[in-house]
Amino acid sequence: MSKILHMPEVLANTTHATINKWLIQEGDSIVVGQCIAEVETDKAVVEMVAEEEGLVSKLIAQEGEEVEVGAPIAQLNGDGQIDLPAAATAVAEAAPAQTVAPAVTTATTEQMQRIFASPLAKRLAKQNQLNLAALSGSGPHGRIVKRDIEQALSQVASTVAAPIETAAVAATAPVAVDVATDYEDIPLSNMRKTIARRLTESKSTVPHFYLNVECHVDALLALRQQINTVAAEKISVNDMIIKAVALASVQVPAMNACWAETAIRQYRHVDISVAVATEKGLLTPVVKRAETKSLSAIHREVAELAELARAGKLTPDQYQGGSFSISNLGMFGVSDFNAIINPPQAGILAVGAIKKKPIVVNDALEVGAVLRCSLSADHRVVDGAVAAAWLAALQQLLEDPLKLLI
Amino acid sequence: MTNQTFDLVVIGGGPGGYVAAIRASQLGMKTAVVEKAELGGICLNWGCLPTKALLRSADVLRLVKNADDFGIRVAAPQVNIDKVVQRSRDVSAKLQRGVAGLLKKNKVTVFQGVAQLLGQSQLSVQTATGEHKLTAKHIILATGARARAIPNMQVDGQHFWSYREALVPKSIPKRMLVIGAGAIGIEFACFYQSMGAQVSVVELSDRILPQEDIEISNTVAKSLKQDGIHIYTGCKVAEHQVKNGEVQLRIEGAQAKSLSADVVLLAVGISANTENLGLEKTKIALDRGHIVTDEFCRTAEANVYAIGDVAGPPWLAHKASHEGVLCVEKIMGLTVHPLQANKVPACTYSHPQVASVGYSEAKAKALGKKIRVGKFPFVANGKALAMNSSEGFVKVIFDDASGELLGAHMVGDEVTEMINGFAIAQELETTEQELMQTILPHPTMSEAMHEAVLAAYERALHQ
Repeated sequence: MSKILHMPEVLANTTHATINKWLIQEGDSIVVGQCIAEVETDKAVVEMVAEEEGLVSKLIAQEGEEVEVGAPIAQLNGDGQIDLPAAATAVAEAAPAQTVAPAVTTATTEQMQRIFASPLAKRLAKQNQLNLAALSGSGPHGRIVKRDIEQALSQVASTVAAPIETAAVAATAPVAVDVATDYEDIPLSNMRKTIARRLTESKSTVPHFYLNVECHVDALLALRQQINTVAAEKISVNDMIIKAVALASVQVPAMNACWAETAIRQYRHVDISVAVATEKGLLTPVVKRAETKSLSAIHREVAELAELARAGKLTPDQYQGGSFSISNLGMFGVSDFNAIINPPQAGILAVGAIKKKPIVVNDALEVGAVLRCSLSADHRVVDGAVAAAWLAALQQLLEDPLKLLI
Repeated sequence: MTNQTFDLVVIGGGPGGYVAAIRASQLGMKTAVVEKAELGGICLNWGCLPTKALLRSADVLRLVKNADDFGIRVAAPQVNIDKVVQRSRDVSAKLQRGVAGLLKKNKVTVFQGVAQLLGQSQLSVQTATGEHKLTAKHIILATGARARAIPNMQVDGQHFWSYREALVPKSIPKRMLVIGAGAIGIEFACFYQSMGAQVSVVELSDRILPQEDIEISNTVAKSLKQDGIHIYTGCKVAEHQVKNGEVQLRIEGAQAKSLSADVVLLAVGISANTENLGLEKTKIALDRGHIVTDEFCRTAEANVYAIGDVAGPPWLAHKASHEGVLCVEKIMGLTVHPLQANKVPACTYSHPQVASVGYSEAKAKALGKKIRVGKFPFVANGKALAMNSSEGFVKVIFDDASGELLGAHMVGDEVTEMINGFAIAQELETTEQELMQTILPHPTMSEAMHEAVLAAYERALHQ
């Protein structure tokens, strides 16, 4: 039976792509997983991988031709005669499926995300549950080697969050006054040194930009109340924000990425670093694969991780390798603020307090619950439009929160 | 007197210095080398290479003597020691000319003379034509080392030899006593025993080749004893005197014994060449005679560096060369990583040969590692049997948890040409998996390397 191959959704937010080069010819037999074409979008050139096997009976799209996502590009196991309207109909049906079917995009993402690491480094990373994608390699051409793993393991560094510019507010001010001087020098803890070093590096080397949004969260608060009438443990607004951030990152995956010097590394899962204030300083335990977890699962995990963080008992795999950070100072009454990015991540969301404010609904003034969020993004990884798309997705999820339950 | 300015002046033209100079020139630095004796240093002229030439003659003699084992009948061989030595000198001379040619090709200025640091980037170089004043942005000290002296034993070229005299013998002494059983002592012991001397070796440690894995030391010791060499480990020379045209010695320690020899060869390590360099005009510090450097060969004096033997062990030419490149690349701002001592392979060209890289079994255990050890003897290797080279074995040590290759140790014919496989494996950070999956050609002695890896995981196929 003949089959039509369609232009896959190569990257998020692209509607067109160009076949740069066919890697197969008519008459070739192809197998699943074989690279069949180089496809170029306005963002990248990726290899297209076959999802099906068969004999190539016709190459429909020409090299250099720009075609719509979902359009027919080749025929398998046919007679080479294409009934284009029929094919087009097939497209109409196949295209949406193609958009959601992750096989092709996953394969192409994999091509883009190949990580160069020594066999020993790979094994050590696995044994220590380190995410290789979050490390940068010091070997030839950025290859990750044993010393990079050792460094990652030894560094309290990654424990440290991208704390907030306003964090000093929460810090205890030195009160003791030396008789001889009007000040006291408080020795730096290792964690404080690491915070100083990492954040100075981030703020001075990462091109930050900031986007703010105001979310109307009456529906979110109502839903939370409703959930908590039945939930064994009470879900917090923060838990819902974590889930919303995870889902927004699924919708706009370009934001769930990091700067890997020679590439932009886009993660397959949303691992959220949650800033937790402890006596010694800020820590960021990671809620892994948050997009796959229910609100109650997220709630339990955050509670456990925060407790471990305050007890100083986090293990490296619990604080390393997040793909995005959230810092919430709402509980301190802060209305809004900007946060410093936690490298190599590309973004951090700064969450303020929910406050009753006058809002305009249907041209009338009403009192509504308002939550102000600010996204800090790394301009090397994402442009303003991508960050704005992500923030819009987040806003929508927070204002129409039933989606958080799906 | 002339004044000249350079980006880099390297003091010492041995395997550390001349390699550093070539790399610097490749990277665009205006470079000079100051050498007081021969380009190529001890390595090319009085060390690594001329000894290999002598030992090759010993190999040929051994092969001819054993020709009957291979079904070839030849007349009893005779040694022409003058020709053996001349060939060795010719090899050195050729190599020395080669280094001069390489430096010329790379536009490195060579000063034949003695350099002294004057501080503040200034150097004085005394040559046959007079004094030169040099200004250098960077200075690398690569002055090497010399044989360590033993108190009361003056090298006289007659009864007491250093490696220098041992490289150019006029005749083979009847009885030779070698003090020191490191690589140098053992190589000369093998050469002279092959050439017909009765050789004894006295070593303070409890075994010969004390830097090597103990199983390697034991195997070589057994083999040397079979060849007729007397070995006195755990012993030192307590007294000696020259009497009746021979050296009479008394050794004590593990054994107390009176020995006599026609020649005593001193091979008890080396002393760094730090004298008369003008170090006192700088902040450079010494530790146990060596110049103190950091991981990138920098001394305490700004823009002055030290590489190779003068900067401390391991005293190996390839370590010096590696440091030379690393040092220059760091100066030029390239990304470099510090030398890891456990990744420097070491070879001893005894009979049988020894080659190793990484930790010995004892050292790995001392570091608290849980290890897996695999061994494979050449007697079970087809090519070794065909070559009449069934002596020796390959031993590998893996970290049990990670599969990291911690060490590899080999003894047997041509193992010095095989260790590179494990050195590459270590540098590429392979685990046991990749080593097991590597296809090694048949029939080769290197198949024993593969089998040793398999043996560490109880998977050896031919054992």
